[in-house]
Amino acid sequence: MLKANEIALGRLMAADPVLVDVKPAHEVLEGLTPTTFLHAGPPIAFQDMCPPMQGAVYCALLNEGIARDIDEARRMAADGTITYKPCHEFGAVGPMTGLTTWSMPLWVVEDRATGRRSYANISEGSGVGLRFGEYSQRTLDRLKWMREVAGPVFSQLLHEIGGMDLAPMMAQGLAMGDELHMRNHAGTALFVKNYAWLIARIAGPEAENVLKFIGVGNDQFFLNLAMAANKLAADLADGVPGSTLVTAIARNGVNFGIRISGLPGRWFTAPSPMVKGLYFPGFTEADANPDLGDSAIMEVGGFGGCSMITAPAIVKFLGAASVDVARETTEAMYSITLGEHPRYQIPALNFRGTPCGIDIMKVVETGVTPILNTAIASNRAGVGMVGAGMSTLPIDPFVEALKALAQELGI
Amino acid sequence: MENKLFEEKMSVINLGLPSFFESVKDQGAPCVHVDWRPPAGGDVRLIEILDRLRELG
Amino acid sequence: MKLRNVVKKNSYYDSATLMLLSSKVGEHIGSTKNVAVMMASDMNKDIMRASGLLADEGAAASPNDLVFAIRAEDDAAIDAAMALAEEILNSRNTKMEQRETDVVKTVEDAVARVDGAKLAVVSLPGKFAAREVKKLLKEDCNVLLFSDNVSCEEENQLKDLALEKGLLMMGPDCGTAVINGVGLGFANKLRRGNIGLAAASGTGLQEVMTLISNFGGGVSQALGTGGRDLKEVIGGKMMGLCVQMLQQDAGTQVIVVISKPPAPSVMERMVEQLKQGGKPTVVCFLGGEDMADSGNLHFVHTLEEAACKALELAGTGRPAELRAGHSSLADLARQQKAVLRDSQRYIRGLYCGGTLAYESMLMMEEKLGGVRSNIALKKELLLDGTAPSAGHTVLDLGDDAFTVGKPHPMIEPALRGERLMQEALDPETAVILLDVEIGYGSHADPASVVAGEIAQAKAELEAADRQVVFLASICGAYEDFQDYAAQKAMLEGLGVVVLESNAQAAELAIRIVS
Repeated sequence: MLKANEIALGRLMAADPVLVDVKPAHEVLEGLTPTTFLHAGPPIAFQDMCPPMQGAVYCALLNEGIARDIDEARRMAADGTITYKPCHEFGAVGPMTGLTTWSMPLWVVEDRATGRRSYANISEGSGVGLRFGEYSQRTLDRLKWMREVAGPVFSQLLHEIGGMDLAPMMAQGLAMGDELHMRNHAGTALFVKNYAWLIARIAGPEAENVLKFIGVGNDQFFLNLAMAANKLAADLADGVPGSTLVTAIARNGVNFGIRISGLPGRWFTAPSPMVKGLYFPGFTEADANPDLGDSAIMEVGGFGGCSMITAPAIVKFLGAASVDVARETTEAMYSITLGEHPRYQIPALNFRGTPCGIDIMKVVETGVTPILNTAIASNRAGVGMVGAGMSTLPIDPFVEALKALAQELGI
Repeated sequence: MENKLFEEKMSVINLGLPSFFESVKDQGAPCVHVDWRPPAGGDVRLIEILDRLRELG
Repeated sequence: MKLRNVVKKNSYYDSATLMLLSSKVGEHIGSTKNVAVMMASDMNKDIMRASGLLADEGAAASPNDLVFAIRAEDDAAIDAAMALAEEILNSRNTKMEQRETDVVKTVEDAVARVDGAKLAVVSLPGKFAAREVKKLLKEDCNVLLFSDNVSCEEENQLKDLALEKGLLMMGPDCGTAVINGVGLGFANKLRRGNIGLAAASGTGLQEVMTLISNFGGGVSQALGTGGRDLKEVIGGKMMGLCVQMLQQDAGTQVIVVISKPPAPSVMERMVEQLKQGGKPTVVCFLGGEDMADSGNLHFVHTLEEAACKALELAGTGRPAELRAGHSSLADLARQQKAVLRDSQRYIRGLYCGGTLAYESMLMMEEKLGGVRSNIALKKELLLDGTAPSAGHTVLDLGDDAFTVGKPHPMIEPALRGERLMQEALDPETAVILLDVEIGYGSHADPASVVAGEIAQAKAELEAADRQVVFLASICGAYEDFQDYAAQKAMLEGLGVVVLESNAQAAELAIRIVS
């Protein structure tokens, strides 16, 4: 293995994520202004965004009180009032549209050894919501409740317990049948199981609402925590000169982009692929948006598609023919990753470590590209999820990144 | 370095013709087949980059 | 005739698989010339264009695409051929399923999966082979490199790297080895014993080791070096290591070395090393000058004699009479000669095994002279590519001129059919001399392929009121899966005279025409 990759992989695997707080974005994201809107995926101008992401921008404009109504929101979104930036460039990640703005409460995850932090918004739970570009009053009401009620409850919870170790929860999630991208039933259940008693005390009269928010229809509640944990690991591994380790995979619904450790801050992009999968009744591929969301950070850390064999229960949900697909997918990911994670193990593979640390050299050499487990969003704002499936990334950005690194190194 | 090939149990790795893999398996010897593809789709420049990067270590 | 190209985007198959596929589909529609299934590289497109098989769809395909080019009477015939091609491609044998746990994607994965001493058999396209072999050597794998088209420079690099680590790097162009009883590449099911072999030629090695096994002896190890190893440019590097390993191997009591005559400097070093080792050693430099036995070294001229001498030295004893229980060669020659007309004067050797062709050519050259061949040593006797035979002719059908875009005739002996008919119908042909290779890696039923061709030729000859003598030897072990006895019986059923060795067959041919 390249020295640089040994270093980068070592850092990726040494990450020790602790969930320490919930804070409004403006208190923790350096350089954020009230009119800086963060979104999923690589950089994109408003005009070029897919409809769900544009809808999410309207929703955020209303939620932040910048626009008074939807007409004003539509105008302001495009008139230069707002600066659009990728979440990734602020140490944050967000599922689906990933819209993250000034007042939104964020999970704060800290590396125990280095103190470095990463962030993710809070899963909105059942229904459509901001993440799918919905801007209804119901969605706005819920965002307000999350900001004013749930956020402070979680913050106090974390203060009282002195931080929540995420690595053991993620490891246990794998053992309980999650792959932590499209299945987070176990992680979410563990959160409730471990802390319901404390939430009941802290939230007082709101306890019923908070516990219902996490426990009912919010199966992916734990995903956002795990995403922040993996963003943390990826950022720790970023910036090692000469390293070919992938430190970001992210989709904005039009393009997907990757970043590598040896070329920090640079995006290599290609059009987002269409996701192959299973559609909910009444929807077809014609309703699908190209691949969307920062949640591919899970695959960067060795979860999701990489660990698919830990979650045989989801193969049908993702439209795969059989459990063999899960096994083959994990096997294939071993051939493009640099190591096996010592903390995150796969019981079905005799506790082999997860395939961890995607290497663009291996991707280019083998032609095998990362496979993402993912939700399929509607290509219209405010409709929501229309299916789920597996997204095989096109190879071009991996090739471009390798060529760029070669140029940087004078090869 | 002395080669212990004749003294140890031998495992075979096959790259290329599947029939060579099958015949070793039929003889009961441990054998792994590499489902080989041209590296980097056969792109000479990319192969050069990969090799040079490896040499740099 | 209609031509159709069907392109499958982004589906890679190795060329050997595709060549076999083309020939199977070709057989099905009655002409291998009307089918090509290839990856759409520029070179392959040129080949298809030259044979008139490239249509617009194929021309537009890119190197990662698979092209089926089929020409047939009508659409229905093309559909049927396509269906067959798809069926073969999708069969389990062709498509190595990832789900099998012993199938992996990369060399690194493979190395991690195995334990004990490692040996890799590499039969990749030549231009990629060296790179993978380098990886394997770095991972302490011994290597049998079957591929050709590897440059001298690469060969030297790889062998130097191997020697640094004390590893075998057999090849390039090494087709055969038997290590610890496991046959690799084109190999045979041998009895194990105390004779160790090292050879620069594949079929030469197969011929000697199978004769040893068939006549009561046994083989400890059989190693190959690749044909170029003993030339000046490589300097016999790998032969040196092979010999050293056999000399140190407690299970080897007698050593056999087989090659064409090495470069003089290489020969000197080799002979010295063999002497120093002290173990009784048989040296067969095919086509070399006479050399006197000295000390532990015994020099022989034919592959058969190499086997006999080794059996003698190994304590098994020489086979008293290779043709025990059969008529003598002299009697056989008299009988066979009787069926020929005066105008039938020449031998036509049609070989799948290169070294067997070479051995016959040498023997005929010595006794008869003027033998034309595509592997002739004298320029004036060289037969260009696929030009018609003249006088005594020996052809190595595994030579590039015959195999462009086709599998090697040891894998697909049907390659010989057309030429066999051509030679049989030549009024000057007296004897057609053949080899049939069996064993691991070879065709599953080669005798029936050649039997079909001979039957057809005989039918035509009958119409011409003429007979041709067919002589064959089976290069293979009695225990090989194709069943030596059954293969032999099939040929004898058609009146083919089947000899125990290629040297015997060539000797008989010479007697018939002398």
